[in-house]
Amino acid sequence: MEMSHRKTEIAAPDPSEMRVRPAHASDLPAVVALDAENTGEARPAYWKDRFEWYAGRQPDRFFLVAEQRGDTLGFIVGEVRAWEFGSPPSGWVFAIGVSPRARLHGLGSLLFDEICARFRSAGVQHVRTMLAKDAHLLLSFFRSLGMMGGPFIQLEKRLEP
Amino acid sequence: MKLQIATRLALYAALQLAADPERQLAAAEIAERYGISVNHLAKVLRTLGRAGLVEAVRGAGGGYRFRGNVKRVTLLDVIELFEDAGPSARPEEEPGAASPEGQGLRRVLNEIDDIARATLSSITLATMLKIVNEPPPAEAAPPKSAARAAKRG
Repeated sequence: MEMSHRKTEIAAPDPSEMRVRPAHASDLPAVVALDAENTGEARPAYWKDRFEWYAGRQPDRFFLVAEQRGDTLGFIVGEVRAWEFGSPPSGWVFAIGVSPRARLHGLGSLLFDEICARFRSAGVQHVRTMLAKDAHLLLSFFRSLGMMGGPFIQLEKRLEP
Repeated sequence: MKLQIATRLALYAALQLAADPERQLAAAEIAERYGISVNHLAKVLRTLGRAGLVEAVRGAGGGYRFRGNVKRVTLLDVIELFEDAGPSARPEEEPGAASPEGQGLRRVLNEIDDIARATLSSITLATMLKIVNEPPPAEAAPPKSAARAAKRG
């Protein structure tokens, strides 16, 4: 799960003027900048690849951005995934980013609601994500949206050389 | 995970008061709702008061009022006022702790503790109030692998 924000000057957030739409190629620099502000690392190649995969208007992949008067204030990325182990396909959110200036105005919730609406239209009944146990802010955010522990447990093992 | 009685009472009281931070409730009102001892609850409320989560309002019509931030205070914040929610403070003092079995068991128990802490620290009182006020979801169908295992059992 990726979480981004940016510090650059933007207009004061006004929920009535915010709009969520599918990302265009021209949004790539803003998304890269927003992500770089959060991670401290500019990853244009990574996001270009993600754009090609998720913003290509495939019916089961979603790359949405939130904007206000032309400012990109946030984004969310996800897809419908078919799972193994007996689970039917579900929506999967793998990245969300909100500008710090736009926080506490419901923008993260708006982005999440929008991608959930698209998942629902794609015919799935659940949305899932995976987070680091110490990502307290993100965990609290997704919990506040009603997400709870699901029927799977993530397991891993270090592969010794 | 089993909570001590005082911890459970603290969570009930904090949620009752956090549901409407402007409202004052007498300890007796809260105690009556859950069928618990007023004296026991009063001790719990004093602890919550010392932590700055509630304040006592004196005088006629007095009682307790929530004064924390419902969007910031987590279940873990409340629980840790009353008990340790983490791993044993001195794991090396557990019987057999130095044995391979004791060390293996400690790794498994630490995994459980980590998940419990991550869960409790991610649920604020505001989120918990949403959970309280929502009807329980319909029972989700278990993954097919679980269903197959259940059939075999």
